[in-house]
Amino acid sequence: MRIAIASGKGGTGKTTAAVALARVMGSCVLVDCDVEAPNAHLFLNPEVQNTQDAYVMIPEVDDGKCTGCGECSRVCQFNALAVLGKSVLVFNELCHGCGGCVLACEPKAITEGGRLIGTMQWGKAGDLDFYDAKLRIGEPMSPPLIKALKHQAELSEAENTILDCPPGTTCPMVEAVGGADYCILVTEPTPFGLHDLNMAYQTVQELGIPAGVILNRAGMGDDCIQNYCKANGIPILLEIPHSREIAEGYAAGKDILSSMPSLEDGFKKVINTISEGLNNG
Amino acid sequence: MAETGKAKTITIISGKGGTGKTSVTAAFASLAAPVVVADCDVDAANLHLLLSPEVEKSVDFYAMPIARINQDLCVGCGLCNDLCRYEAIVVQDDNYSVDPLACEACLVCKEHCPEQAIGTVERQAGYWFLSQARTGPMVHASLGIAQENSGKLVTEVRKAAAEVAEKEKLGLVLVDGPPGIGCAVMASLTGADLVIAVTEATQSGLKDLIRVNDLCNHFKIPIHIIVNKCDLNPEVTQAVRKWAQEAEAPIIGEIPYDTDFTKAMIEAKTIVEYKSSRIGDELKSIWNTVLETMKSIV
Amino acid sequence: MLICISSQGPDLDSQVDPRFGRAAQFIIADTETGEAKAVDNKQNLQAAQGAGIQAAMTVANAGAKALLTGHCGPKAYVTLNKAGIEVYTGCNGTVAQAIEDYKAGKLQKAAGADVEGHW
Repeated sequence: MRIAIASGKGGTGKTTAAVALARVMGSCVLVDCDVEAPNAHLFLNPEVQNTQDAYVMIPEVDDGKCTGCGECSRVCQFNALAVLGKSVLVFNELCHGCGGCVLACEPKAITEGGRLIGTMQWGKAGDLDFYDAKLRIGEPMSPPLIKALKHQAELSEAENTILDCPPGTTCPMVEAVGGADYCILVTEPTPFGLHDLNMAYQTVQELGIPAGVILNRAGMGDDCIQNYCKANGIPILLEIPHSREIAEGYAAGKDILSSMPSLEDGFKKVINTISEGLNNG
Repeated sequence: MAETGKAKTITIISGKGGTGKTSVTAAFASLAAPVVVADCDVDAANLHLLLSPEVEKSVDFYAMPIARINQDLCVGCGLCNDLCRYEAIVVQDDNYSVDPLACEACLVCKEHCPEQAIGTVERQAGYWFLSQARTGPMVHASLGIAQENSGKLVTEVRKAAAEVAEKEKLGLVLVDGPPGIGCAVMASLTGADLVIAVTEATQSGLKDLIRVNDLCNHFKIPIHIIVNKCDLNPEVTQAVRKWAQEAEAPIIGEIPYDTDFTKAMIEAKTIVEYKSSRIGDELKSIWNTVLETMKSIV
Repeated sequence: MLICISSQGPDLDSQVDPRFGRAAQFIIADTETGEAKAVDNKQNLQAAQGAGIQAAMTVANAGAKALLTGHCGPKAYVTLNKAGIEVYTGCNGTVAQAIEDYKAGKLQKAAGADVEGHW
């Protein structure tokens, strides 16, 4: 079972929920897919066993072999190559690593080099297999790193996977949520929370992934989330009360089950509800 | 296009989501009005919920055209699938098609299809709007569901905001940026004269602030910091202060943990419009500091 | 010598287009004979990224040795520089006027990009 934890709006409690769910599941894999701002490790203090750099392909041109035909530049949809006479100027940061230029180069003057996009690391946090990655500062494209990290995490033998996803509703979120059996959308009872929940819900529907909601900070705002979920037939799997105590615990890097142990049953129920739903569905 | 008198741009980002970036931007907009506001968090645009803009102009936004396989011409050779590096070719019962969500728009498949069975399809990915808000002109956007956010839309929003500032002779553009440090953030940072990073006094907030600071240093943009929820954990707040001092990133304000932000949001008001409150006062004083700082930025 | 001017229209009376990568047209003018022709830049107007790079190649292929424009971004500048093309930014008014200013040595050569790049 692969459960993605997502939200449109940032800071609604995705990582809090992901860590708690992983804790109550016991042995499973937790993948922190928020490679731009990875934080799950703060709550888990994993023992890192391995680190590995991730790269995307970029062209390297041998000026000695280049005939200046311009084919590489013509096929590149990302305008990453400029052909000037018999030499080629490559703009690495525009390259999407599709390999089109390599295929197009008749004299075989282009080979594949790599652009470092970030560093992955993995190890153990208690029973958990833990994976995360950091996007290199100045690197624009996070989806290839998320993809590489998810591939790496597939090597784990644990049966269940929790994917802690980046905020938003575009490429990084879609890449992280993709392939999940179920998606939990974490939100808060505010107009921002509602607006972004609606975007995120439509996105996971488009991806064909069943979804439910964890309402965090319940009581802080109004009833907009309950009303929205009711109107759209979305199950609310759990309500986490608005509590300064939890916020203080979070600030210190304490996971929510340590701040409020009574929530453990609630998170267990979330897992049971999802797995029963998937088995019967 | 006169360079002199060009509007200054302040971009508000956070690294971590949910630190109060948009609420702070909206408060600044109220205090700076009339001012141009640009919502560059096109992924999860929220600023319009506080500033209630009236749309005056709407412009279609097109993403890069993606590949489409013409089923009548496809002979099922599978070359497209071999060449695609994005796992975007879907094979079902010898039927080949393109997964529009996975397609990177590189068109390698189209270039090499021996039957010329692959064409392209335009994707209208969303809109951007030029509007009038309570605080002055506002540029914002709405992306379609599960669309790519190449940073291009952010760039369009940012450029339109600069244009309207020039046209209406307004000297300041406030940009509400997205969370993270990737493509969309980099696109919102372009052209910024000052970055204000709104962080929260939590371990996560600090970790992400450090990454945002690294990014600003990378682009050589000065960064000032607002610490939200500063009273949650004195130790973490102290750690943020210590780090900021070492990083030479001045802290221009600290805001206590307060649900007034939420209450103001529910009434669709900015915090300085919503009754008089201690955080409203705090933000006014922060804004004065920002104005002082802007004087020194040429 | 051939020079290139980013232009909003197809002739010498057109206004200089302040944009380079997404300029409407390029006017290629011969500073000795006074002859001028327009080169279209339409394919670049909708480019998601790298418009400046493509435009720089267009200018290089046209054989121009200098570019007169409003603004030039970093990637375009690098490409033009590599192609041995001198860049003059801050031009405005008509294309004809810009050419006269260039011939009279009134324009200041740009030492680098004058606007930021973008994604």
